[in-house]
Amino acid sequence: MATSSVVAAARTRFIWLGVIFLLLIGGNALAVLQGTGSWVPKLALDLQGGTQIILAPQIAENQEVTDEQVAQAVSIIRQRVDAGGVAEAEVTTQGGSNIVVAIPGVPDAATLERIRSSAKLEFRAVLQTGPALAATVDGQPIFTEPREDTGVEPQNPSDLAWITPEIDQVFNTLSCEQLDDLGANIADPTKPLVTCSELGQSKYILGPVEVDGGTISDAISGLVAGPQGTVTTEWGVFLEFDGEGTAAFRTVTERLIGLQGVQNQFAIVLDGKVISAPRTLAAITDGNPQISGSFTQETASVLADQLKFGALPIGFEVQSSETITATLGLSQLQSGLLAGAIGLILVVLYSVMQYRMLGLVSVFSLLTAFTLSYFVITYLSNAQGYRLSLAGVAGLIVAIGITADSFIVFFERIKDELRDGRMLNSAISGAWKRAFRTILASDAVGFLAAAVLFILAVGNVRGFAFTLGITTIVDLIVVSLFTQPLMQLLGRTQFFASGNRWSGLDPRALGAVYRGRAQFRDPVNVDPTARKKSEREMKRRQTIAERKAEQEAALEGSK
Amino acid sequence: MSRFTRFGNSLYTGELSYDIIGHRVRWYVIGAAIVLASILITVLRGGFTFGIEFSGGSEFRVSQPAVVSEQVAIETVQSETGFESNPRVSIVGGDSVRVQTEQLTDDQTTALRQDLADAYDVPIDQVTSSFIGATWGEDITRQALIGLFVFLVLVSIVMALYFRTWKMSLAALVALAHDLLITAGIYGVLGYEITPAAVIGFLTILGYSLYDTVVVFDKVRENTSQDGEESRRTFAESVNLAVNQTLVRSINTSVVAVLPVGSILFIGSLLLGAGTLRDIALALFIGMVAGTYSSVFIAAPLYVHLRENEPEKQKQGRKAKEARPTSGAVR
Repeated sequence: MATSSVVAAARTRFIWLGVIFLLLIGGNALAVLQGTGSWVPKLALDLQGGTQIILAPQIAENQEVTDEQVAQAVSIIRQRVDAGGVAEAEVTTQGGSNIVVAIPGVPDAATLERIRSSAKLEFRAVLQTGPALAATVDGQPIFTEPREDTGVEPQNPSDLAWITPEIDQVFNTLSCEQLDDLGANIADPTKPLVTCSELGQSKYILGPVEVDGGTISDAISGLVAGPQGTVTTEWGVFLEFDGEGTAAFRTVTERLIGLQGVQNQFAIVLDGKVISAPRTLAAITDGNPQISGSFTQETASVLADQLKFGALPIGFEVQSSETITATLGLSQLQSGLLAGAIGLILVVLYSVMQYRMLGLVSVFSLLTAFTLSYFVITYLSNAQGYRLSLAGVAGLIVAIGITADSFIVFFERIKDELRDGRMLNSAISGAWKRAFRTILASDAVGFLAAAVLFILAVGNVRGFAFTLGITTIVDLIVVSLFTQPLMQLLGRTQFFASGNRWSGLDPRALGAVYRGRAQFRDPVNVDPTARKKSEREMKRRQTIAERKAEQEAALEGSK
Repeated sequence: MSRFTRFGNSLYTGELSYDIIGHRVRWYVIGAAIVLASILITVLRGGFTFGIEFSGGSEFRVSQPAVVSEQVAIETVQSETGFESNPRVSIVGGDSVRVQTEQLTDDQTTALRQDLADAYDVPIDQVTSSFIGATWGEDITRQALIGLFVFLVLVSIVMALYFRTWKMSLAALVALAHDLLITAGIYGVLGYEITPAAVIGFLTILGYSLYDTVVVFDKVRENTSQDGEESRRTFAESVNLAVNQTLVRSINTSVVAVLPVGSILFIGSLLLGAGTLRDIALALFIGMVAGTYSSVFIAAPLYVHLRENEPEKQKQGRKAKEARPTSGAVR
């Protein structure tokens, strides 16, 4: 076989590896030059400190959350967080419908409130009010005679015909303490709503939604003006509607002004609870109402921000909130790096002990794999916003072992081939064919595991699965574009080819010459299948006498 | 020449051979006994202890307190939330105190954080609070189970295609079940909390355990695929040789895989205490050791068990045996 073709093949593989490196480094350099990237991967909260809040959508049993709603919620939450003056906050989705908000440092209560409440503002006409508790005598609910079903279709949103016997029943038995279980904040806007005031003092039956928060074009907070234009100490939110909202608001107020009693009131409902239910004294035609209630300066400003950026399409509740101090983050990072360094050193020591010079090949391969993984992660960090978490670091460390595994599979194969009596160069070529199959199969299983984990998993698991998956691919690249050509070239050096006892590939040490038994030294550079065939043939020839004996025995047996 | 290399040589040529397949009942019994023990002890201890992520609750962490004492925390929590409250307090990483309570309201959380800072005499920013809703754990568990199921189906298909026999897939999956049960069992036996990080570990075992088995089975397949009826070895002997030939490789790959995991486990428990690193590493460590055992001592023998009764495999090696009589008189 032409020696130059081996060198040329090895060179081609090295060049491919170089191209991969150049592309990664070039892409990274581009990002750094544009000022958007860095040569160091970004760290997740558990390594740099901060707070992570996971919000889960609150939905009714039969409701589904669409991707669109989640995407919309993410962008609204992002605007709200930015408006709160929090730098470098990250809002992402996780597991389909959960939203993860990562904030450096420890957020205060107002920031949390700003992020999590859906701020769904609605204006509904008041139909009936009552005291906050369920109508009871001695703890037993009173069964008032249910209102008769008139069967009349309601004419307008203030029509008392909305109060069907079922609605009446719900209203009578409602105690405001249980309001949260009722799901008022996920109520249908086209139906009447039974709910309570925000502080739980009174309860209401309200008509369907007439004006909704989506038509608000601007909102600011400020002190409410008193009756004679004097400044009061009461905080409120001033709204500005767009054209549609102005028209709708005018229609409501014009109708309500002619009604008596509670029906003269309209309720301002935030996330299913009545913030205030003012009487309608005049028709509001300019589309600039104000909301007052029990606001403080802070809550008024939070609500104004929320209304400005729009209501979330769905309500969210905090599923978990985790704070990690910067000190703890740093110590986690240091421990992770230390564990990685110790792990790497142990693997290097073991490899050199077991494989001598070959061990060094595996050390250089590991270093190449490490560098490649580092650039891939940095690149993804710049391009995709990936952040390295503690679990991710653990994934990288675990990968050291799995990457080294494939070198061992290759080396042991080479040894096997040498034991079969082949020359080093052909042993390396033969070993590669078989080892690559094994490496491919096992990497496929490993990658499959990582991919399934990544797609289905939530939280920490993803960071781990991500680095594990990346390193599986890196392993495949390094073993075929670095370790293999390197072995091919080393196999041609005097040191290895002569079987130096420190090379780790000494045929004498491997017992290749001591093969006793009736085996013949195999010709070198023979196709493995051809060799197997000839071996089988050889066996047959040797055992002619035995075969005859066997036939004889078979004959004896049949008699 | 190293002793280990000579050991490898002897195993390869068959000069030295451990009768792994022949003693398979012994290996099954050992594996089954460990699995049973881990299930039994776990059940007797009252099942697994689940971390706060699964049950929901509030967690506080005081870093570098003036005194590292658990009692201070218990008293502080009880004075804040009432004496029925039974907080779980542990010292992690030597210099911080972790306090876990039932789910607290926002006001209670704020108050308790201040109280803990006062009690331990540290500035308030050294006390962090976390809150985990009970549904969080449900989410993780559901996703983990879906992940487990999807992975098992996919990997069975891949292996059946690669090895072209479902019997290898089955043997590998039994070995996998063995590894998972033992790993989970360790958590039950030691009473360690099952956290999401531990679940990551369990799920990674899936990949590793099969990876290890694939390496062994690849050699088994290579050896046995060349066996015809004229082979001198029975099917069982052929598999046994394959397992012996791959033994050095199995030992080396396992040692190399376990070393980094061991160093995470060591550093994680020494410097950080209970936490992501230790939980991932412990599950992986146990799983990898169990995985090495099961690949060699359970998966391969089981594969022989499944196949040796096939008529074709029964014929194999018989001729060689029958042909051995010394009275080879020529007719």
